[in-house]
Amino acid sequence: MQHVDGNAIAGPLAEFFAFDVTTAVARCNGCGSVAELARAMVYTSPAGSVLRCASCEQVLATLVESDDRAWIGFSGVSAIEVRRR
Amino acid sequence: MSDASTATATSATSEPAPALAAMPRAGWHVATVVATRQETAKAARLELDVDGWPGNAAGQHLDLRLTAPDGYTVTRSYSIASSGPGTRVVLAVDKLPDGEVSPFLVDEVRVGDRLEVHGPLGAFFVWRPVDRGAVRAAGDGAGGAASALRARPVQLIAGGSGIVPLFAMATAHAEARDLTPFRMLYSVRTPDDLFFAEELMALAAASDVFRLDLVYTRRTPDGWPNLAGRVTRAALAAAVLPATERPIVYVCGSTGFVERVASWLIELGHDARDIRTERFGGI
Amino acid sequence: MSFITRGFSGRGHERDERLPPGQTLAHDFPVLSAGPTPEIDTAEWEFSIATETGGVHSWNWEQFMALPIEEVDTDIHCVTHWSKLGTSWRGVSLDTLFEDVETQYEYVMAHSYGGYTTNLALDDLLDGKAWIAFEFDGEPLDPEHGGPARLLVPHLYFWKSAKWVRGLVMMGEDEPGFWEQNGYHLHGDPWKEERYW
Repeated sequence: MQHVDGNAIAGPLAEFFAFDVTTAVARCNGCGSVAELARAMVYTSPAGSVLRCASCEQVLATLVESDDRAWIGFSGVSAIEVRRR
Repeated sequence: MSDASTATATSATSEPAPALAAMPRAGWHVATVVATRQETAKAARLELDVDGWPGNAAGQHLDLRLTAPDGYTVTRSYSIASSGPGTRVVLAVDKLPDGEVSPFLVDEVRVGDRLEVHGPLGAFFVWRPVDRGAVRAAGDGAGGAASALRARPVQLIAGGSGIVPLFAMATAHAEARDLTPFRMLYSVRTPDDLFFAEELMALAAASDVFRLDLVYTRRTPDGWPNLAGRVTRAALAAAVLPATERPIVYVCGSTGFVERVASWLIELGHDARDIRTERFGGI
Repeated sequence: MSFITRGFSGRGHERDERLPPGQTLAHDFPVLSAGPTPEIDTAEWEFSIATETGGVHSWNWEQFMALPIEEVDTDIHCVTHWSKLGTSWRGVSLDTLFEDVETQYEYVMAHSYGGYTTNLALDDLLDGKAWIAFEFDGEPLDPEHGGPARLLVPHLYFWKSAKWVRGLVMMGEDEPGFWEQNGYHLHGDPWKEERYW
């Protein structure tokens, strides 16, 4: 299965956050590398989207959407850095 | 609601995208198709007027949602070929033979149709012209700030319909009369598959700082100096701004194309952090 | 805000009484993946069942293929609203694999090559309800569809039929697997529409 870039889930995430979460920087809990979520690898299927670290492939975040709800998980990162300016 | 004009008022392109400022907020909008034209034998250009669109930066995308009479919906992402303030948005859509949305957009959509779009999206894969007012202001004071605002050269690398967001960047660069060196390497199957052919040739002819390199993978125009064939590592090394000039590199294309190009760029000495990619799947 | 797009019909939808609520018929075999497709050589493949006593029962490909093989004709239902009717599989029943396994635990975590997990009740795996399948439609299972072998639990939504399965670990309590931690139902019965938590 082919992955795309984190940038690709900017749209679904913009439904729930007041800023573009894909521009946030996070440290991968698996390998310690630090990068914008837009640089992560996205595996998207109708079941949901899985964001994986571009360096070690560990799961960073997940997005599952139903008609009336969404589940946004950040199982592989402890914090996201959001730039004020 | 932020103002589109603030999108150009931020610092140089090498800086991380500020999350809480500068970018127009995304939202759902109703777009009316105001013009369509054939882009290539299997691609169409759609010009939309989007009610309430806050403007967008070059390189952003939107999500487009179609709804069938039975309530079935499908959403796809499309890069935007235009940028700037205003409600006019241009898309160029390549028809995928097994696609569910692209054949509809290419073959069925006509002027006057209304489409639902969500955007502008993606504040990471964007290029913004340097705000020269800000450079002058910084230059009056601390020299460090002025050099931080001096834009780095830009290398654009497109595979097939990956040209769309990069065309927006090249156009924004020309319209801003930005003097940042800009180069584009565009890999395409045949001369008939070029998107924005006239516009790109005109941009290259009119500008000393924009250079266009074309690679034909299946068939070249008559008299073309190179054989048809995929971009190779050597061809990439020859056409792309060298790593010593520290260009920001934007790569857009199929996943396979982007993977190959990005790994060669690293081998050629480019810093991974200077490479921004947008894969659209496929092989 | 949502309106019908002029001229758009989408893919055709068909109804059939064999379809659970909210499902439509699929004629192809959509692929659901949470990551890259692992390429597992049968020479390196191993399947194991681990219990609370630390006991591990394991089979390599050769030992696995020497077990009794069953033909399974069944409907499958994906939580993403597609169902496929009358699919044919070959595999080894979980009843066979659990024959010599002693356990007091009632829950199972299935682990896959590539790191995917999904939780199941042991009751949902036994009595002719589940298999480790290695053939689909008369062909070896594609890596894309979970080959060389996947769990097949057709009475539950298909995310429970873990692709690239490499082992089952017995659990005293029901604990969520990968998708179950991220929104999906712990059990996943399509006839009760147990899609999300």
